[in-house]
Amino acid sequence: MIRRVSCLSVTILVLLGFAPGSELRFCLRNEPRTFNPLLVEDDASETVRYLTGGVLVRSNRQTQKLEPELAVSWKLSKDGRQITFQLRNGVSFSDGTPFSADDVDYTIKQMMDPALHSPTGDAFRSGTGTVNAQVLAPDRITITFPAPVAGLDQLFDQVAILSAHSSNKEKAVLGPFMVADYKPGSSLVLNRNPNYWKTDGQGHKLPYLNAIRLDIQPNRDIEVLRFKRGELDLINSLDSEYFDRLASTSANLVHDAGPSLDSEQMWFNQVAKAPIPDYKRKWFRSTNFRRAVSMAINREDLSRVVFNGHARPAIGPISTANKFWFNQALKTDAYSPDAALAKLQLDGFHLQNGTLRDAVGNAVEFSIITNAGNKYRERMAVLIQQDLQKIGVKINVVTLDFPSLIERISQSFNYEAAMLGLTNVDLDPNGQMNVWLSSSENHQWNPQEKFPETAWEAEIDKLMREQASASDPKKRKKAFDRVQQIVAEQAPFIYLVNRNALSAVSISVSGATPVILRPQTYWNIERLTITTETARR
Amino acid sequence: MSFIRKLACAILVVVIVAALGANWFARADYATQFREAPNAPPSRAHLLGTDDIGRDRLSRTLYGTRISLLLAPTAALLSTLMAALIGGVAGYLGGIWERLAMALTDLFLSLPWLFLLITVRALLPLNVSPFVSVVVTFLMLGLLGWAASARVLCAGARSLRNSGLLLQARALGLHGIRLFAVHVVPNLRPILLAQFWVSIPVFILSEANLGILGLGVAEPMPSWGSLLKELEGLTSLGDQPWRLVPLVLLILVVTSFQVILSSEEVTA
Amino acid sequence: MVWRIIRHLLAVVAIVLVGGLACATLVRFAPGFATDEQQLDPRLSAESLQALHQSHQAERNILRFYAGYMKRAVRGDLGISHSLNQPVSTLFRDRIPVTLRLVAAGLALGWAIALSLALTTALARANAYSLVAIALSGALLCIPAAVLAVLSVLLNTPGYLAIALIVFPKVFTYSRSLLSRAYSSPHIIAARAKGLSALRILFWHVLPVTAPSLLAVAGISVSLALGAAIPIEALCGLAGIGDLAWQAALGRDLPLLVNITILVALITLIANSGADVVGHALRGQES
Repeated sequence: MIRRVSCLSVTILVLLGFAPGSELRFCLRNEPRTFNPLLVEDDASETVRYLTGGVLVRSNRQTQKLEPELAVSWKLSKDGRQITFQLRNGVSFSDGTPFSADDVDYTIKQMMDPALHSPTGDAFRSGTGTVNAQVLAPDRITITFPAPVAGLDQLFDQVAILSAHSSNKEKAVLGPFMVADYKPGSSLVLNRNPNYWKTDGQGHKLPYLNAIRLDIQPNRDIEVLRFKRGELDLINSLDSEYFDRLASTSANLVHDAGPSLDSEQMWFNQVAKAPIPDYKRKWFRSTNFRRAVSMAINREDLSRVVFNGHARPAIGPISTANKFWFNQALKTDAYSPDAALAKLQLDGFHLQNGTLRDAVGNAVEFSIITNAGNKYRERMAVLIQQDLQKIGVKINVVTLDFPSLIERISQSFNYEAAMLGLTNVDLDPNGQMNVWLSSSENHQWNPQEKFPETAWEAEIDKLMREQASASDPKKRKKAFDRVQQIVAEQAPFIYLVNRNALSAVSISVSGATPVILRPQTYWNIERLTITTETARR
Repeated sequence: MSFIRKLACAILVVVIVAALGANWFARADYATQFREAPNAPPSRAHLLGTDDIGRDRLSRTLYGTRISLLLAPTAALLSTLMAALIGGVAGYLGGIWERLAMALTDLFLSLPWLFLLITVRALLPLNVSPFVSVVVTFLMLGLLGWAASARVLCAGARSLRNSGLLLQARALGLHGIRLFAVHVVPNLRPILLAQFWVSIPVFILSEANLGILGLGVAEPMPSWGSLLKELEGLTSLGDQPWRLVPLVLLILVVTSFQVILSSEEVTA
Repeated sequence: MVWRIIRHLLAVVAIVLVGGLACATLVRFAPGFATDEQQLDPRLSAESLQALHQSHQAERNILRFYAGYMKRAVRGDLGISHSLNQPVSTLFRDRIPVTLRLVAAGLALGWAIALSLALTTALARANAYSLVAIALSGALLCIPAAVLAVLSVLLNTPGYLAIALIVFPKVFTYSRSLLSRAYSSPHIIAARAKGLSALRILFWHVLPVTAPSLLAVAGISVSLALGAAIPIEALCGLAGIGDLAWQAALGRDLPLLVNITILVALITLIANSGADVVGHALRGQES
């Protein structure tokens, strides 16, 4: 009976024009820098890792729940230092080598090797000491960390298992696809992994697709053009202006999944040794000044004008889309130039002939740097320039190439204010630890403080360490809620907007349900199908 | 004066008057943002529509014309003079001087001057005024844009060096700088003019591209280059043909200049 | 003549070597050197960040870096691109033919259009024809290269057409000026008056006079075309050296940039030296 139903299902699929197989086509914005899954840092390499890497557990991008993959079950110790995986049997790598606990052991050793400097491995580093992986059986392994690791099980979603025994180390994969052909600068073709372990509910081997073709195309205009012409099947991350353009002709092809986890923000340079005038440093270190600037920015306009309504005013470091971690008690600073001026008056600022001056008479003027080529940031900067002009503040917008910008914000500190974005790959805020710890290099407004220079930074340090070492999600949430509260009060970052997760999917693609978590459109790649060539045209 | 030349003059006069009188002709300041109407089509209130953040495009075109019309020809003149000095003198002198100058020119043509421009940006204060930033940009373009035509000028001067014309002039007692200025430079005029015409639009477009390095016109000041950059979203122009106006304007101005000043060659 | 060629070759080698060092110096002392986007990744530990900063240590002393590069280069090892994580020689092997084909085809087409239009406008009595040609070249000068590239993709035309449309107006402007000047010189007017055919005047009296300058224009048009290749390749999805050059510049990839500069210098110098040698040979024939 089941076999008859399966045959009937396949027949129906074929009649409807669903060719089992076929090639999915989309673009990478840049050249992948590495095919070693442990060294993945950029988006393009991350795409390849997601499509080819087999992981022990997978965070379902739609339900945001952790699901078994190569591990059928797992157990976390109460202190958050140890995790034991029960592995799936009968699984092989793409080259036929059998998968076992030895491969997990090998992967962990590689990942945690200090000489490798794996970004994936760094996410697991919670304290000094070595990580021990103990193979209990061919299908069972325990990994013990020197200190508790916040969200330990979730982190394994990013760990693609390498083969310990294959001669083809990086090329032997456990994921649904494998790298077949790579033309640097041009394209990357992934073929179906014939040894992929997963099957669908009817027992058919997954993935449904035969191949994926990734063209390297940095230009978004051309990407959209090719999508419209039917040369591409999806655009994973679509800009708002292209969304509206596509929506005007083919509304069924575009998807707005709502606010993403990413945010755009600006901050002031508070570094003591920065080569900026002392009186400006004094402004930037004043909470009233920062809050006033925040109040003077019209975030609704930023969302509406710059992003055509495909963004929401941001409130803090956590997007409202992150339902568990977002502090529901927080509200964004309401746009009010009058309230901004009132706040500034508390520090002795006053308006004189339309120009805001500080207590000693210096006209308030500063520059905002941002990366050139990102037209949304450039436009936001121009809107903010106009908003702050209403309270007598003069802003100079300076766009710089990215390396020059990085040099200024992390080495020379020769800047006054900066605007960048934060890309949150996962829901757990522990990934932002190095942004909040005052001793960290990524503590953008004042990196590598020898000791916290303010009481509120000291409190944030304490809370972040607390949430990192707690295993109870409620305790962690309470600590991080308080961090969000402090950030809202002190405004070291002025959060501007959370962009919506926008994507485009051709009608020839079946099974795609775009979500906010990356990768938005092909998170369930093994279940996507392509209709026949006729339907594609 | 031919009809075409009169037409070209008229176009230039209209453009220059409109640019200089932008304060009167423009309905709004170039920086004012009409946020309720971003990307609006042409209307009574905004004759050329508005840009992505609601600024009146006509105002920005008029004010941008001032900047580009003043500075691009100045930079082009600078690069032409430098090319004449280096290439022309090298070709006139010949020998080791010519070889050294051409080696320097070839080296100049090969180097990635992008990094010099990045360094210049780093040396400028962040709070430099938009006008100073754009002046520095065009100055840099002028100082860096001479190499290609220097080679052509050198070849031209070299040809003249042993020509009958110069032999006769030498026989009449002309030497050195006077010979160069009176007999060589005028005969290099076609190449000098070509260099000048080519440089103007090239510099206007380059200024916009230098925005990626932090140079060029800073917001909210407009320039032709920044207006032309909007064309890079070309796939949408079928719906917004009014975005082509700055391009049409630039073409009209460049062509008009060429028609007026090279009219003796047009009628030959 | 042989000595002239040898002298040119020696000059080429010397300039290329100096050019490589000059490029390395420019990149080394430009802001943003030794930075990496990875620095902004909050996941990285302090040790990983430290390793990232250390990874550019070998490039800080520019003379040592360049000497080491030269030593390896003579053995065929051009270094590793740290922005793309690939050997430079592999990148060049795959990409140089793409760029050479694109540039060669673009130059050939650009010159063919420019020279035919320049000749016909110089010869034509009709002002309207000249005006149309001037307007066309003026229009193309004013269109950004990025727009031409997007149009090329939109209309499914080959990338070399975009290169040709970038090269044509510049070559046309120069060659029209030179040819117009030549045709308006007294001895050409006299030759016309005497009834010499147009072809005879062109090949015997005009081209020999304008050839040295036209050859110089040919030489510099190679640099123009190489420069135009950068946006065209990047936007048309052509994996050539131009696309690589832009990525390398924005990524401050010193090994890649030095190699690209040397390559560009070599091509530019060969083109310009070739133009000089041929120009000299023609002048020798003339005298």
